[in-house]
Amino acid sequence: MPVAHLMACHDCDLLHRLPAIPEGMTGSCCRCGAVLAKPKRNSVERSLALAITGLVLFVLANSFPFLGFKVQGQVRETLLLTGIEQLYLQDMRLVAVLVFITTVLAPLAQLLSLLYILLPLKLKRPAPGMFLVFRRLRNIEPWSMMEVFMLGILVSVVKLAKMAQIIPGTAAYCFMALIFVLAACMASLDPHQVWDRWEGTR
Amino acid sequence: MRPAVRTALSASLLSCGVCHLLVRRPRGAAEPAGHCPRCGAALHSRKPNSIARTWALVIAAFVFYVPANVLPITKVTSLGATQSDTIMSGVIYFIRSGMWPIALVIFVASIFVPLVKLLILMLLLISVQRRSRWRPKDRTRLYRITEAIGRWSMVDIFVVTILVALVHLGALANIEAQPGAVFFAAVVVITIFAAMSFDPRLMWDVKEPQDECEYPA
Repeated sequence: MPVAHLMACHDCDLLHRLPAIPEGMTGSCCRCGAVLAKPKRNSVERSLALAITGLVLFVLANSFPFLGFKVQGQVRETLLLTGIEQLYLQDMRLVAVLVFITTVLAPLAQLLSLLYILLPLKLKRPAPGMFLVFRRLRNIEPWSMMEVFMLGILVSVVKLAKMAQIIPGTAAYCFMALIFVLAACMASLDPHQVWDRWEGTR
Repeated sequence: MRPAVRTALSASLLSCGVCHLLVRRPRGAAEPAGHCPRCGAALHSRKPNSIARTWALVIAAFVFYVPANVLPITKVTSLGATQSDTIMSGVIYFIRSGMWPIALVIFVASIFVPLVKLLILMLLLISVQRRSRWRPKDRTRLYRITEAIGRWSMVDIFVVTILVALVHLGALANIEAQPGAVFFAAVVVITIFAAMSFDPRLMWDVKEPQDECEYPA
């Protein structure tokens, strides 16, 4: 039996009776300081718009040349997937799979699940299995590590700077934009508003 | 009279770990106490076997930490000459060539962060097992830090990925990944799972909630 008017802090289990929190404000636990609610304006619409943008950028980031490497007249162009393929061929299968999950699969799954949840919700027709998808989305989140990959690019560029010239390709810029879009998308997603919308359509 | 401030556990309520819906606990229900009526996730008052699981993962991560740092992670072949690099020798290379900011990034992300994360988790585990009442708010903050920083350790794995993709020029220059990378990736993944399996609410279970909050819930 659900208890509608109360909420428990996920970090310290203290019960709260949350007042209606105005948009843009944060409701935190009074004992441990965890963020309990952070309502956003037009949360569903904003997240949806950013998820669609993200999907476009994702396609671009994975189809155009990612980094070029110029040494003594030779130019080697690579895709985002080239490194993963190379690792796989060098018998580093586990590492290849891990890199593939954290830089390609998890972000894609994140974007697709957001789209699956938000688009039907916007059309006032919640998708079947929406909650299952939401649960998976929460599981995927920690494994989406594009921003860490970006730092990896910076380190590699500096490391190879003496040896050759590195030319960032179209995909690299799309990838960078995708990091910000995906972060903004997740930040503007307010689960409470998703639940409320869902209950409103039943 | 002010109503007593209570926790979900003491009020026989269960909080869904995914959608945060509060549910009345069925009488005499074992763990998992059913499923969330809204999102269908299994309901637990605390993460199952949190202490044992986290200890197991922390110990496993320590075991992998050794080969991750001792074995080479990359092998560079350039005009017939080969050179293997461990994480630390990469850091030393950057310091020698005067690129100390990059050396710092690699050192912090690959050596410092995993170790600090494991030490913090051990501290939290021991404090829970000793039923310590020492500064739960700060310990919760430490837990949040370990949860947030773990992912940045992946940076070295990504550097190896980018290097093997770019430096693939036949006899001229070639970079290959080495077994150290596998162990290092394992350390990162295991520590992320370790942080996930720890339940910060255990640190608060020994506290009496009444003397903490200014506002009644």
